Order: sequence, then structure tokens, then C-alpha cells
Amino acid sequence: MSAPLSTDIAVVAFVQTEHTAEAAGASEVELLAPVITEIKERTGLNRFGFTCSGSNDYLAGAPFSFVSALDTVGAWPPISESHVEMDAAWALYEAWVKLRHGEIDTALVYGFGKSSQGVLPEIMTQQLDPYYLAPLGVDQVSLAALQARAYLERSGAKEDDLRAVAARSRRAGRDNPFALHLPDPGDEGYDVAPLRPYDVAPITDGAAAVVLARGDRARELCERPAWIRGIDHRSEAHSPGVRDLSRSEAARLAGERAGAAGVEVAELHAQFSHEELILREALGLGEDVAVNPSGGPLSANPVMSAGLIRIGEAAARIHDGSAARTLGHATSGPCLQQNLVCVLSGDDHG
Amino acid sequence: MGNPCAIIGVGQTAYKTRRLDVSMAGLLREAAVRALEDAELTWNDIDAVVIGKAPDLFEGVMMPEAYLADALGATGKPIMRVHTAGSVGGSTANVAASLIQSGVHDRVLTLAWEKQSESNATWALTVNSPFSTSLVVGAGGYFAPHIRAYMRRSGAPDHIGTLVAVKDRQNALKNPYAHLKIPGISREMVESTPMLWEPIRYLETCPSSDGACAMVLASEDAARKAPGRPAWVHGTAMRSEPIFFAGRDTVNPQGGKDCAADVYRQAGISDPRRELDCAEVYVPFSWYEPMWLENLGFCGEGEGWKLTEAGATALDGDIPWNPSGGVLSSNPIGASGMIRFAEAALQVRGRAGDHQVDGARRALGHAYGGGAQFFAMWIVGSDKP
Repeated sequence: MSAPLSTDIAVVAFVQTEHTAEAAGASEVELLAPVITEIKERTGLNRFGFTCSGSNDYLAGAPFSFVSALDTVGAWPPISESHVEMDAAWALYEAWVKLRHGEIDTALVYGFGKSSQGVLPEIMTQQLDPYYLAPLGVDQVSLAALQARAYLERSGAKEDDLRAVAARSRRAGRDNPFALHLPDPGDEGYDVAPLRPYDVAPITDGAAAVVLARGDRARELCERPAWIRGIDHRSEAHSPGVRDLSRSEAARLAGERAGAAGVEVAELHAQFSHEELILREALGLGEDVAVNPSGGPLSANPVMSAGLIRIGEAAARIHDGSAARTLGHATSGPCLQQNLVCVLSGDDHG
Repeated sequence: MGNPCAIIGVGQTAYKTRRLDVSMAGLLREAAVRALEDAELTWNDIDAVVIGKAPDLFEGVMMPEAYLADALGATGKPIMRVHTAGSVGGSTANVAASLIQSGVHDRVLTLAWEKQSESNATWALTVNSPFSTSLVVGAGGYFAPHIRAYMRRSGAPDHIGTLVAVKDRQNALKNPYAHLKIPGISREMVESTPMLWEPIRYLETCPSSDGACAMVLASEDAARKAPGRPAWVHGTAMRSEPIFFAGRDTVNPQGGKDCAADVYRQAGISDPRRELDCAEVYVPFSWYEPMWLENLGFCGEGEGWKLTEAGATALDGDIPWNPSGGVLSSNPIGASGMIRFAEAALQVRGRAGDHQVDGARRALGHAYGGGAQFFAMWIVGSDKP
């Protein structure tokens, strides 16, 4: 016996913190609490059919960061809940799957992280192959620089093209009350060549939450629900030596399956300038597509929620009626190893 | 509950204190290959991979699904990582099942693992954030007071925990993958071991194991093509509650009761003791068997220890618990929950070998984690629901 599967699932609410570039004294739970409170107020919901979060223990240097986060949700009476040790975009994916087959019609998704507590590029080294790669001590920015070099050499793009991406992102970010307000790229030396400091996403603390709902429930909760028309995620091999770093095959596959063609706005989880260029190519985004109008991760990169925020920002363009078809993207792993693409649209644009 | 979901392949590694012969990837690969062989499939047949393990600090590898993607054939495929503390093995299987039930995929490989020898789990469990202090050392230090509260509340005599420790280790002697195999295990032997966290003695605790467990889950169509008898998912449920909350009953947590009620409802079960043929339940300290007997509704409150004492949960009892030897005999933490789920599936497939419960047709897999606040369960059966 097959139950009818529901595919009309929408983002109905999105809330994020005003992200900060340095530890402002709040714990992870304190960062998250106002966001959860606000999204409950905005939707009028206090209980959800399912709750799923994304966070990472290494940011705090202690296990079980998701455990105390439950205090902010108010998990009493007990709730149906799960957690991914990944960017919360994957928590959204888990919730979307659950909504498709479950007996539930709402889900709360949230992510949080305080990267100001450690040295992020070095912490990220711990996610590398522990036997062959991590012992070399190669940090996140150095790996990204390898990828940037491979891209520049293959595509013929110049360092000025990277600078243009950073300049546009920072300009857009200054119009976003939640992002860091960073100056135009100046005359700066290399961080790790060919990347300059402005090509690297800033250290950011923050949190975000999204509410998903399906069918009529979504229409009740939101005037213009952002319907998920397609969502898919793909991985590539981990080892940087066995893949073409200048391209993103995983993003291309995920984009194809999610239906990336024809979007007006794309929010890309590009943590380095060159990643935006690689992703544009992989997703087939033309010059007419507005990329990262929020400022993107180059203006605010709260780790573990930055991917979810891309989906939230893409949904917000549907909610406010400024776009009809948008795309949110998230990535995980070194050098764009894993990519998730979520395509959203309003009622009239199936 | 969505589309039907079947378990068509199960693979486990030998559980040992140290698997120095394999890397983490090698360990997982071993379980995965065995699950694929059981289902007579190749890596190409798998649509997606769902992986689970307990905290990254246990091995010191952050977000290890990235590193493991190569070994797990995940290139060009979706792979995601679940982490819900000790219940994670169960939660991971549930997430994988939901990918089938929702119609997103036809064949999903799910794995859970821990390679505790590469680090020190007790250390990793003891580290606290700088914002809070704790004098609790390891999981036993946390759970011992709850066990004492249970003993006081239920009036259970001191030897009940010992009985469970002996029973599960006797079962483990029949399980080729079990870690602790103690020939001649007896009450005297358990009682002669040192007291670690009163009332928990050394042989009343789980070991630290290296190991991995894998399953291939399949849609109805894919299950029809499977060579062996599948196990069918009759229900899955997860519940969480806050760790610190004045109204919380840590001895008999509401989350566990609610999770059980949900999974029984889905499976159409009203009397679990009568309607289930066996159960694989997360018992890392021996006293958790009587505690969970009550929490899972196999008997009334305060009655759990009587079932244990009467032998109801023994392999030849009316409701065998942990025929595989359970967590007390093998504990690769992140995998321990999935092993419960997989062993339940093996029972209803009639493939549990020497620890098979005769004629088992419906079985419960159970996992818990955190401060006894995260629960994951599934019920599997030999009949398609």
C-alpha cells in the first residue's frame, strides 16, 4: 500500500541573526534563541511536526553542541527531532524528505555556529583524510587557493575577476542589515596566492531558521509560499588529487536534477571568490541571473547556517514578490566537494 | 508512513577493541561490501549513502563523511551525515528509510560506525564547553545516579543487573561478530569485578569497540528483485527532549515512552510483549534492561526487574531481548544503534544464525543517546505491511 506522496512543500518563513565578525559574548544557544523565538512568533507555530538542525562540534571544541540547542526549541513535551553534523541546508533536505512521506505538515530547521571561537581555516583541516591529508596541515584557505589557481589557469580568468566578485558581494552586503558591512576591496597583499583577504569569506558568528510546510498549511502560513520545485545534493571524491578542482561536477549534477535552469536569482554558498565563478559555470547561470544579492558568504559566512541562509534568502525573494524563480545552494567539504541545490518558485511558476 | 521500505542487505564487521588492520574507511568498506554482497548488488546500484556516527571528537576527524565519500562509492551521489548522540545508529537508519518511503530513491546504503581505538571516547565525553563545568566522567558517571534512582523507586534487588550482564554475554557467545566473548560467564564472575560507578561493576558496562554496521534499504520494486527474504519496515520513530529540565524523569523518560507509542501505533501493536517476537534494545549498562522494559511498555512501572529475574528476556524466554549479545557485548558507539536495528532485521529474515529466535516475525530495534533524551526506534517484520 503506497500512501500518496506530497511534493508541494514550501519555505514559509526565514529568520537569521544580525551576524557578527567577532565573538560578541553570546554562546551558541544565546545566538540561536532569538531566531527560534522570532520564527515561532512569525508563523504562530509553537510545535512542529519535525525539527532538524545542523551544527558542528569542532567549532566549539566540545562534543554535543546540538544537545543544548534543544533548550532554545523548547522540546517539551518531547519532539520528533534529528540533527546533521553538516550545514543546516542538509537538515532542510532531511526535513523535506520527511514532509514528503510523513503524517506531518510543518517542519522547523535551524543551524548555528560560532567560528570566532577558533582559527577556522585550521579547524577545517581536521575534516581532511586523517591518514594522508590532515597530517600535512594544509589549511582551508590554502586548499581553496589551489582550486582558485586551477580555475584561473583553465578558464583564463584573472585575479581582477575575483576582485570584481568580492566587490559586488560586499556592495550588496552593505545593503543587507544581517550581513557584515565590509568596505570595497582595497590594495591588499595575498592571503594565500592567488587569493587576497577580500576573496576569503569573513569569520562570522550567526544562526538561522526556516519553517517548511506543505500544501494548504503552507498557504495558511504564508501569503506567497516559496515552493520547493527541486532539491538535490551530490558529492565528489574527497581527495583533491583525483578530481578536476577547476570545475564542480557535483554542483552541475545537483543543479541539473533540481532544475536550476531559468532561475532569476541564485544565492550561492561561495566562500571564496573563485567558487562563485566555478558554481556559475556548473549551474549554467548566465549574466542575467542575479547572484548573491544578499552579499553572499563573502559578506557574512556563519558556518553551519550559511548554506541554509542561501535557501532562506532565495525564498525571501519569492516571499516579497521580487522574483518568481530562485535558487539556493549549499556546499560542504573542502573545495566544493559536496553541493546541494534547491530551486524555489511562487505559485505561478511551476 | 509513505512507500514500503525493505532491508535487503546487512553487513557487519567483527567488533574488537582495536582494528589495527584497517583504516576508518577500510572498516566501513568491510561492512558495506558485506551488505552489498548480502543484497547481491554492486556500488553502482546504490542511489544514496546515509552515514552516522557519534561525536567527531571520538576519532578526531571532523565531518568524516567528506573523507569517507571516496571509500563509500559516493562520487556523483548524495551522501549525508546524521549525528544524534548514542541514538545515532538508529536515527541514521530511520533517515535512510525515509529516503525510500518518500520515493526519493530506490536503494540506499546506510552505515554507522565508531573506531574508538583511534582516540579516547571517555575523554571526548568528558570535555565540556568553557561555559559550563561538570564533574561527570564518561557515560557511566552520568547514568549511575539514574540507575540508583531506579533501584530505589522499583525496589529491585541488587543482583538484577548481574543477571542481564550474564544473559547478554551468554548470547554473545553465539554471535560471530560479538566483541566480548567470555566463556563460562557467571554471576560470580560479574560480581567479582571492580565497582566503577556504584552500582555499575566493570562487567556490567559495555566495552569500547571498533566496528561498523551497514544496511541496504530498498523500495518495494527493488526488494522484489532482491535474492533473499527482505525485512519490511513497519514503523520508525524518533523523539528528543531537553537534557536539563526540572520536570524530566530521567529514569523513565517521556521521550522514550512517546517514541515507543508512535512506532507501535504505526505497526499496529498494542501489547509489545505479546506481539513482538524479540527486541534488540540499547542496553549499555546492565540495569538499562529492566528500566527500558518499563519505558517501552513491556510491563508496568516497577515491574521490569521481575521480567528479567523470571528469565522472560532470555533467548528461550517469551520475549528475548538482545539475542545478539547487545551493546553490553559490542559497543562501537555510533554503530551500536544501527546494530540493534540490523539485528532486528536479521531476526525477521531468519538470518540471525545461532542466536536466531525461532519463528521471529516481528522485532523491535531501539537506540537511545545523550542524557537518555534522544530516542530512535523501528519495528521490522517478515510480512510486507
